Amino acid sequence: MSLLEVRNLKKFYATQKAVDDISFSIERGTIFGLLGPNGAGKTTLLRMITGIFYPDEGSIIFDGKPFHATDDILKIGYMPEERGLYKKMKIGDQAVYLAQLKGLPKAEAIEKVKHWFEKFEMQSWWGKKVEDLSKGMGQKLQFVTTVLHEPKLIILDEPFSGLDPVNANLIKEEIFQLAKRGATVIFSTHRMEQVEEICDQIILVNKGKKILDGKVDAIRQQYKENLFRLTTDGPHPVNATEGFKILQQEGEEWVIQLQPQANTNEVLKQLINAGVPIRGFQEELPTLNDIFIRLVKGSHVASREFQSTNV
Amino acid sequence: MNKILIIIQREFLSRVQKKTFLLSTILLPVLIFGFYAMIIYFSVKSDDKLHVAVAGNSGQLKEYLKDDSNLKFSFLPSADVAVLQKEVNEKKYTGYIIVPDGFKGNKGDSLVYSSNSSVGLMTQDKIEDKLNAALDKVRLQHLLAPGVTVQQVDSSKAGIDLKVSKEGGKTGNTGFAYGLGFISGILIYMILFIYGAMVMRGVMEEKTSRIAEVMVSSVKPFQLMMGKILGIGAVGLVQFLIWGVLMMALQLLLPVIFPQLLDTAASQVGGMQAMGGNSKQLEMVRSIMNNLNEVNIGMILVLFIFYFMGGYLLYSSLFAAVGSAVNEDPQDAQQLMLPITMPIIFSFVIMTQAINKPDGGLALFGSLFPLSSPIVMMARLPYGVPGWQIALSLALLVLGFLGTTWLAARIYRTAILMYGKKPTWKEMWKWAARGE
Repeated sequence: MSLLEVRNLKKFYATQKAVDDISFSIERGTIFGLLGPNGAGKTTLLRMITGIFYPDEGSIIFDGKPFHATDDILKIGYMPEERGLYKKMKIGDQAVYLAQLKGLPKAEAIEKVKHWFEKFEMQSWWGKKVEDLSKGMGQKLQFVTTVLHEPKLIILDEPFSGLDPVNANLIKEEIFQLAKRGATVIFSTHRMEQVEEICDQIILVNKGKKILDGKVDAIRQQYKENLFRLTTDGPHPVNATEGFKILQQEGEEWVIQLQPQANTNEVLKQLINAGVPIRGFQEELPTLNDIFIRLVKGSHVASREFQSTNV
Repeated sequence: MNKILIIIQREFLSRVQKKTFLLSTILLPVLIFGFYAMIIYFSVKSDDKLHVAVAGNSGQLKEYLKDDSNLKFSFLPSADVAVLQKEVNEKKYTGYIIVPDGFKGNKGDSLVYSSNSSVGLMTQDKIEDKLNAALDKVRLQHLLAPGVTVQQVDSSKAGIDLKVSKEGGKTGNTGFAYGLGFISGILIYMILFIYGAMVMRGVMEEKTSRIAEVMVSSVKPFQLMMGKILGIGAVGLVQFLIWGVLMMALQLLLPVIFPQLLDTAASQVGGMQAMGGNSKQLEMVRSIMNNLNEVNIGMILVLFIFYFMGGYLLYSSLFAAVGSAVNEDPQDAQQLMLPITMPIIFSFVIMTQAINKPDGGLALFGSLFPLSSPIVMMARLPYGVPGWQIALSLALLVLGFLGTTWLAARIYRTAILMYGKKPTWKEMWKWAARGE
């Protein structure tokens, strides 16, 4: 059974359709990627799921029941893209305060904070103020306050921005751990390589509409262009046949595109017969990045952004 | 409900635990006390030489009214005001007292001291005490005969009241009602600004540090706003309480530091001295109470707390709404605050009118209209206000703050998550009206 199901959700502002008829469902214990350029409607969508906004139309089913903000937000941990903490407040007190607002009794909140601080080696920070922390440290703290109350649904908006590789890895590991223990994670980003690595399932939104939905592997299969990378043993000419055409060549590396009906074995046979010394032959699936650029091309808002942030 | 309490607790503690809170709460009364002490010190030590003409039926007073280093009495048989005023103008005397014919100095009688310069409380008391002491002796002289009872001796004690007149103007003990009204009005005025601005800054901090979005994913925006307003309100109440206690404690210390004060107080009623030797203060309070029989200080204090809270709740939610609409730029705050600060300033202007004409139409309107009633009503109270007006004013105030809170909450809810350009009043009005 799915933990969260969103049906025909709509939210219109005076000037634009921020979320225009989006539906999807998320299985328990999975990591779900919500992708889209800035201004695509991701934040509005997340704010409806976290109970900050009411949808204009549509319904949200959470944990088998219609979403009820006051009760259900206690089971959700939300880390917005724009991070924020009280700058003048002591870090330990702050974590305890936020946990209390999520419904934990004070004693339990303190215990949990201690546990997590230990885990992330942050014990010495307790009495410090947020303004004394670096951006990355603040990020770690923010993550801790998001997952502290063991929410069923964890929503992370760009969780790795501003983190060094060591800490990014630490948090990535933690996300996997949380999912393994049964938490469901919504992961919103426009960093494609992370999505491919982490997410089980993704949807892509652009201009308020869902334009892609599915498992990462399935999507890559769906959008494949029959590209193969061919490596020869030493420089050797390769000639295109009726089975494939050559797209590019760089020394011993060739990228060839097979005809849709062509069979890989047939192509290999042709190559061997032509005397090409083959060292490698591998299918090149499109990256999510490529797929997205292709899908949002033409919608000028999006495409440029993707290209510039995913080099 | 529980969440509001947690928020109130944080807002309260995070402010009370600050060093600046301790400093301002303790330092301010000490500073005021310091000024106060300095003024008294100089007025006690003052080398002002007074030369008082006692005119008219001075009679036996002449024998008993003794000069001292700073105070000299001259006795004139003529009671011609014009002549006396002329001589005061020529600086022959500092001031004059005319004793009417047949003046006995019974309790409740009064004499008028006329002068060109204003007379300090200390000087006034000093002259009054000397006059009373002299009158005592005059009256005792009459009783020095066999068969006089203790009661008669007791009743011979003079208790005249010295009134002060400047340049023949109106006489009166003090402008106490005026002073009390003015001070309470100004206090409320300051409270609205200081604590209102504190609420606004708190909301702006939440918005600019982007914690607002984290918070509203845990609590309702209304809870967040009310928690802040109530928490800061509690800070204000505690601060006033501490100030009140500190001021009282420091005033008790006053006579210890300035024993001279006790000289003038020595002739006061014994029972009062039992109360910590602070009879000077009590004497003042007593005369205040005598002058304002119809006004109950206790009631004014209670109403002060009511108007403090009502006015604070009414305006602070508006300040919160403005804070939520502001982005980083403090200049935006200035502009958006204007429609809120205007009614406060207008209330202040109405208050200055109301003090001079407490029963006028403007004063009545100002003390009923919820946006101005906290300031204007406080100024009217010492003059005595009919009960129905107070009740109506309080009821309107409660309706007023329910209304502004409702309105502000709807603006706040939308504005707290809006970034980018500063919203116009029209947009904010739309948010309030639509209230999605």
